[in-house]
Amino acid sequence: MAQRAVAINPTKPGAIAVGLVVFLTLGTLAAVAWRADFARGLGPADWAAIQFTVAQALVSATLSCLLAIPVARALARRQFCGRGLLVTLLGAPFLLPVIVAVLGLLAVFGRNGVLNGVLDALGLPAVSIYGFHGVVLAHVFFNLPLVTRLILQGWVSIPSERFRLAASLNAPIGRLLEWPMLRSVLPSAFLVVFLICLTSFAVALTLGGGPRATTVELAIYQALRFDFDLGRAAMLAMIQFGLCLIAAALVWRISVVDGLGAGLDRHVQRWDGSPAVDYLIITICAFFLMLPMVMVVLRGLPGLFDLPADIWRAALRSVIVALISAGLCIALTLSLALRGGWGVGLVGVLPLAASSLVVGTGLFLLIYPFANPAKLALVVTAFVNAVLALPFALRSVAPAVDRITADFGRLGASLDLSMWVWTTRIVLPRLRRPLGFAAGLAAALSMGDLGVIALFAGDAQETLPLAMYRLMGAYRMEAASGAALILLALSFALFWICDRGGRIDADL
Amino acid sequence: MLTCKDLRISQGDFVLAADVAFPKAGVTAIIGASGAGKSTLLLAIAGFVAVASGDVAHGDPFTDAAPGKRPVSMLFQDNNLFPHLSIGDNVALGLPKLGDASVVADVLACVGLSGMEGRKPAALSGGQQSRAALARLLLAERQIVLLDEPFAALGPGLKDEMLDLMRTVLVEQMGATVLMITHDPDDARRVADHVAWVADGRVNVPRPTAEIFADPPAGLRAYMGQMG
Repeated sequence: MAQRAVAINPTKPGAIAVGLVVFLTLGTLAAVAWRADFARGLGPADWAAIQFTVAQALVSATLSCLLAIPVARALARRQFCGRGLLVTLLGAPFLLPVIVAVLGLLAVFGRNGVLNGVLDALGLPAVSIYGFHGVVLAHVFFNLPLVTRLILQGWVSIPSERFRLAASLNAPIGRLLEWPMLRSVLPSAFLVVFLICLTSFAVALTLGGGPRATTVELAIYQALRFDFDLGRAAMLAMIQFGLCLIAAALVWRISVVDGLGAGLDRHVQRWDGSPAVDYLIITICAFFLMLPMVMVVLRGLPGLFDLPADIWRAALRSVIVALISAGLCIALTLSLALRGGWGVGLVGVLPLAASSLVVGTGLFLLIYPFANPAKLALVVTAFVNAVLALPFALRSVAPAVDRITADFGRLGASLDLSMWVWTTRIVLPRLRRPLGFAAGLAAALSMGDLGVIALFAGDAQETLPLAMYRLMGAYRMEAASGAALILLALSFALFWICDRGGRIDADL
Repeated sequence: MLTCKDLRISQGDFVLAADVAFPKAGVTAIIGASGAGKSTLLLAIAGFVAVASGDVAHGDPFTDAAPGKRPVSMLFQDNNLFPHLSIGDNVALGLPKLGDASVVADVLACVGLSGMEGRKPAALSGGQQSRAALARLLLAERQIVLLDEPFAALGPGLKDEMLDLMRTVLVEQMGATVLMITHDPDDARRVADHVAWVADGRVNVPRPTAEIFADPPAGLRAYMGQMG
């Protein structure tokens, strides 16, 4: 009987974690539903927001997938100095604070950016990054690397013997080996990107806006922040949850390939394709991804001397919130992973269907009658960020827990190890790597968050991303660049410290 | 004496029946073809597989006890040591109370691993890892020991050495009742006092080793023929 060792089924922490996640996702949704003003129906602006949200997510996901195929294939086919570093950097946008990336994109594609400088020198008209195409550009910037990693993992998992066999038979590699792999990887990759783009708030906030470029999330923010129309915000939140639920259900149904895992440094020798074309594709992709980041650093360095005095307090707030959020996320992840079972697994993916603005709206509605939401902004942000990072953390930790159970569960049970000994002596030491990675991910995601905090915070609760956004809004771009550089450094430092901490002496 | 009284174990379409007693303080080899139910029997005695009916007893019945609460220790085919713990810590997990580690060095000396407390399992050879697992069984002092081919991956010479050591420390020093799964009749001839033939969904009554190999049942004869 494949039963789980009795000693490793801690029920109480698991139940508390399930309760917290359900409250923050479905509980806040219930609060939203209770206040939603369904009788009013959807106005033209609401319909426009829904159409814009779905359209930009569809186009962003399609472009990300289509562009990622040649990049992943080129990386799979070629071995060169710096390939490992480039593949590692492909994981960086996932950790990159959205607001920092937007600033980098503005430095390249904005009114005074590099591209318009070149166009001006050539006597060509300038391009604008704002609106539909700007939102799509930013989403492709974020998701092209993610899809590339997902597809690359599919490519390197094809046994090298099959490529040798196909080469010796002069068989069509594309139809024989690559298409079946793409057919299995692309649908889930597309859905993941579609879901990410559906819940995108900070990109729309900075590059969208206006009646023709407003996402549902942005409309919720505007309804709460500018109009204080709780009924409309709640109704829009219900619509957003519905959209996310459909996409998340599809993601859940089509098992997602883990693009954050190891093995991408493997190289399979190939005999097909043109090296020149592959290297050109890799160069263009690297340029597209690196240039905005280089611009952030170049423009940020002088900006460091132009920072307002309270930026360091905002940075400290962000670090504290990120650390608390990471700690909470790890506690939730461990509680759920050790508890195990399909029900817990389902609860673990529930946050995928919940956007931060919907959760934030629900909490706002629950807190507002009793207290000033601004005063609880940082606590709420830490909790919401922890829950929203949970699916990614769980994806890293749960398989490791299952492996420990499969390998050592019976031995642990036959030795009659107590839950405490099993957890502290056996499970935790063997989980150091995935826990470190998950904590780093949760900390970095929280560090760069510009979702719930924008909804709740007053001046006294300003975090670094919010301070940076406000500097951008005041057209203090140099100071914003300086803040972006600090935010970038802190996000990656937090991730590195946690991830590295998990690896030191981890002899697994 | 370990007894399985009217024991029935169901796994899908497969049903294994056992109504046998295993002689005390000796080694009984469990022999049978692949899929005959040898591992299922041991997992049921250890509490990892639910029984449909019947009882397992060692004096008192323990059919419904949790795996760790039975008078049973088990060694599996692999993963018998936690790779991130030192050999000393791995062996100390066999102690009834953690922390009383002074005896660890003594049992390690018993199995020829003196001074290796601080090493990690990966730093030891396969044979040494098996010795460490045996040392933990010694420390646990449970009267029934189940061996699900823990030495199968060792080379022939090393395997014989481990079988001899197992018999010395578990049976002669500890007085344990050992049930040992093996595919190799020579292993049984070497260390087993009795052999129980498992076939056709039934665990047959153990017979003395010399006797059963001198006059094997038809199924065992055919099996030994296949083994060459």
